[in-house]
Amino acid sequence: MAQKIYAGKTVDVNEEGYFTTPSQWNREIAAEIAKEEGIVLTDQHFAIMEFLRNKFLAGETLSIRSINHSGVIDVKTFYQLFPGAPLKKATKIAGIPKPASCI
Amino acid sequence: MEQKYPVKKVNIICAKGAIEDVYATLIMGNGAVMEGIETNLFFTFFGLDAIVKKRMDKLHTAVVGNPALRLPGGLRMPTLLGVIPGMESFTSWMMMGEMAKLDIPPVSEFLDLITAGGGKIYACKIAMDMFKFKKEDLCEHVIDILTVGEFYEHAAGEGSHIIFT
Repeated sequence: MAQKIYAGKTVDVNEEGYFTTPSQWNREIAAEIAKEEGIVLTDQHFAIMEFLRNKFLAGETLSIRSINHSGVIDVKTFYQLFPGAPLKKATKIAGIPKPASCI
Repeated sequence: MEQKYPVKKVNIICAKGAIEDVYATLIMGNGAVMEGIETNLFFTFFGLDAIVKKRMDKLHTAVVGNPALRLPGGLRMPTLLGVIPGMESFTSWMMMGEMAKLDIPPVSEFLDLITAGGGKIYACKIAMDMFKFKKEDLCEHVIDILTVGEFYEHAAGEGSHIIFT
């Protein structure tokens, strides 16, 4: 297992840079990972990441469809907030593993 | 994973209108959009049912002549059972129910998700003419009705792939 230093804290990540210990995450760390991805985080980013973290920690499967039921933003906005591959980028920045979902 | 020749664009042709044919297209297409891959979906022949407003959320699967179809429990579904009235509707309803459990949305909502992420939906001109459909029969996500030549123009580019489901 690899380790990385974000915001002065050492965190455990896998070979693709996804957190393996979600409890090591905080907002300052998120801002630094987001910078690597070329994203400046806003309150909207944090709100949807909190939704994803809560869902993951509850053991639920993450899917793009679930964003529409988040009550935070719709899928279209999600694609705008995390351009390219939103679910992958959002989970990486949110400090949780890459979702193993096809939808 | 970094790739030397990444898939940059997928162009998926859906020519059949059974649940499994249409969902193969939608799942592959949505998956591509989620990966940030440029995505074009091209519906033709019976596949048009997936973008015809009145039909898109009422797709069926074949219960006759479908040797892979099994009853709950794993026994093969006898072809003769398939001819019982209502069997096709019932089986299709069961399949949609199983998919819903996996958070797979109905066709109309699936197209909402794909287009929200920038995926593009097209209809085939000759199939539209053949089935006598008009533009207003199609759902609002359909950008254009294309000839085969125009489809290939849209599909052009390095790292672009054409998939026939």
